[in-house]
Amino acid sequence: MATNSNELHTRTLAELAGGLAAGDFSSRELTEALLARIESHGSSLNAFITVTEEAALAQADDADKQRAAGEVGPLNGLPIVHKDLFCTKGVLTTCGSRMLENFVSPYDSTVVERISSAGAVLLGKTNMDEFAMGSSNETSYFGPVKNPWDTKLSPGGSSGGSAASVAARIVPAATGTDTGGSIRQPAALTGITGIKPTYGRVSRYGMVAFASSLDQAGVLTRSAEDAALLLGVMAGLDPRDSTSVDEPVPDYVGGLSKPVKGLKIGVVKQHFNEGLDEQCGNAVKDALKALEGEGARLIKIDMPNIDLSVPTYYVVAPAECSSNLSRFDGVRFGHRADEPEDLLDLYCRTRGEGFGEEVKRRIMTGTYVLSAGYYDAYYLKAQKVRQLISRDFMNAFEAVDVIAGPTAPTVAFAIGAKTDDPVTMYLNDIYTISANLAGLPGLSIPCGRADGLPVGLQLVGPHFSEETILACAHQYQQITDWHQACPEDFR
Amino acid sequence: MLPLGLRGLWSGPDLTENPVSLSKEQVQHIAMLARLQLEDGEFDDMIDKLSRIVDFFDQLQAAPTNDVLPMAHPLNMSQRLRADVVTESNERDLIQGNAPSTEDGYYLVPKVIE
Repeated sequence: MATNSNELHTRTLAELAGGLAAGDFSSRELTEALLARIESHGSSLNAFITVTEEAALAQADDADKQRAAGEVGPLNGLPIVHKDLFCTKGVLTTCGSRMLENFVSPYDSTVVERISSAGAVLLGKTNMDEFAMGSSNETSYFGPVKNPWDTKLSPGGSSGGSAASVAARIVPAATGTDTGGSIRQPAALTGITGIKPTYGRVSRYGMVAFASSLDQAGVLTRSAEDAALLLGVMAGLDPRDSTSVDEPVPDYVGGLSKPVKGLKIGVVKQHFNEGLDEQCGNAVKDALKALEGEGARLIKIDMPNIDLSVPTYYVVAPAECSSNLSRFDGVRFGHRADEPEDLLDLYCRTRGEGFGEEVKRRIMTGTYVLSAGYYDAYYLKAQKVRQLISRDFMNAFEAVDVIAGPTAPTVAFAIGAKTDDPVTMYLNDIYTISANLAGLPGLSIPCGRADGLPVGLQLVGPHFSEETILACAHQYQQITDWHQACPEDFR
Repeated sequence: MLPLGLRGLWSGPDLTENPVSLSKEQVQHIAMLARLQLEDGEFDDMIDKLSRIVDFFDQLQAAPTNDVLPMAHPLNMSQRLRADVVTESNERDLIQGNAPSTEDGYYLVPKVIE
C-alpha cells in the first residue's frame, strides 16, 4: 500500500502498528509527519509544554534499526506523548506549575520507562492543570488548553493537553493521570477514549504526587483497542511503588473480543438526577439501549451514599495534597524566592510565588482539615464516608458486572465560565470521583452528541476488571462510530 | 445561584449564599501552618472561597458512620514491605543540578543559627 504521510495522523495506534510491521512507512517518516502536525496544529490548542523533536527523531531511528534487526517491542516506533507530571529523564517536567518551571527530571518514571522500553517514540510533554488540580485546564501556569471541537471551550482537565492532542489527531495516544476524573472527564469532553485503571495497577513511581491514595496513571486514545494495547505495557507490579499490586496483567488486547451478551450492567439511580444535562442523559440512555441490544442486561441499582462523593473527595484529596506538596520548599529543586530574609521567609515566599491560586486553595483546605481541632470533624469523617461509598460499590458488584452512566454532567463548557466558584468547578467530577475513592477502574468512551459536542459514557468495574470494561467499550465501538468522529478543523 | 445543569446535584443548602465565614485570623493561621505567604490582595478571595468549600463539607456530618472504619487504603490493603537494602546509586551531582543553590555537595539556605 502506498502511504501518503499527509494522512498518517488519521490512524489509530493499532493501524499504525500494522503499517510499521508491514513496512508501509518507517518510524522516522511517521515521527516526522506527526512533528509537522504538532507544528501546524498544536499551538492553536496550547496542548504542549515541551516538544522533544530531536530526541524523538533519534528514538525513531533506533526503533527502525531495532525493527530491521528483528527486535520488535510491542510499541516499536509508535508515537506517544506524556502528561507533564511523568518524570522524564533529561526532559523538562513542569507539572503545569511555575514551581517546576525549570525542573529537568534526573530520572524516568516507571510509566515513561516501560513505554520507552517497549519501543515507543516520545514526541513531547502535554499541558495540564497545575499539579493536576483542576477540571478545565485553566489552572496551568502555561495557560489553558483549548478544546479542538471549539477553541472557545475547555477540553476539561486535568489531562487536558493529552486529551486535546489526541482528539485533534495530533498524536494517536497520550498518557494521563486521574485523581478524581482527570482522564475520564477530558476524554468525555473531547470525544475520545480514556481509562483510569484500578488503584495500584500502574506504578506511581516518578509521577509527581497530588493525592497518593487516589492518583492513578492511565491512557487517552482514540479507541478501546489502543487503550488496551498501551495499558498492557504500563501495568504490573513495580518494586519501586509500594502501593503497586502484585496481580497478573491479563492480555487486554486478546480480551477485547469477549461479547457483551449476558453482561450485567448496573444503572445507578443517582446518576440520572436533575443535575444531568437532558441531552447528555439521552445520549447515555441511547448507548445503554445499544448495549442491551447486543444482549447485555440493564439492572437498576441504588447507591445511597454516592451523592457524598464530591465533598468526601474535596476533604481527602486536599489533605493528601497539603502533605505531598510540602516538599516544594525552595531548597532542593524548583522555584526559589529571591533574597530571603531567613529560612521561614524562604519557605513562605517560595511557596506563595511558586504555586497558583487553585493549588494554594487546596493546600489551605487540606491544612485546615488536618489541623488540630478539625481533624476528626472533617478528615476522619470523610475517610469513614469514603468507606460507605466503597461499600455501596461492593454491594452493587454483587449484582452487576459493570456500572454504566454519564462521565460528566454537561458537555464542554466555555473557558472562564466556572472560575468564580470553586465548588461549581468541583461538581464537574461528580460522576467520576467515586471510582477514585473506591480505587476502581473506570473508562470513558464517546457515545453521542449534545449541542453538537461529544458526550461520554462511563464504565466502572470491580477492582482489576480492566479487561471487562475495555471489552465492553470495544464491543460498543464495533457497533457505533462516535469514536471515529473528528473535529472539523483537525481532519 | 449555581449555573443550570449543576443545580440539584446535591441536597445541601445553597452553597453560594451566606457561607459560614472563616475569620481572617483563622486563614492567616492556616497559611502559616502551610508555609504559604499570601499577598494582601489574595486574602479576601481566599477567605471567601475557603469558606464556601468548608461550608460544602458540612453535608458529610449527617452521614451514618457509627462503627465504620475510616478507609486508609483504597483497596483496604496493607502495604508491601521490602528488605532494608541500598537499591539506588549515588547520583548527588545529577540531582543537585536542579537545586537553586549548592556548595561542596550541600544545599544552601539562609543562616539558621547565629
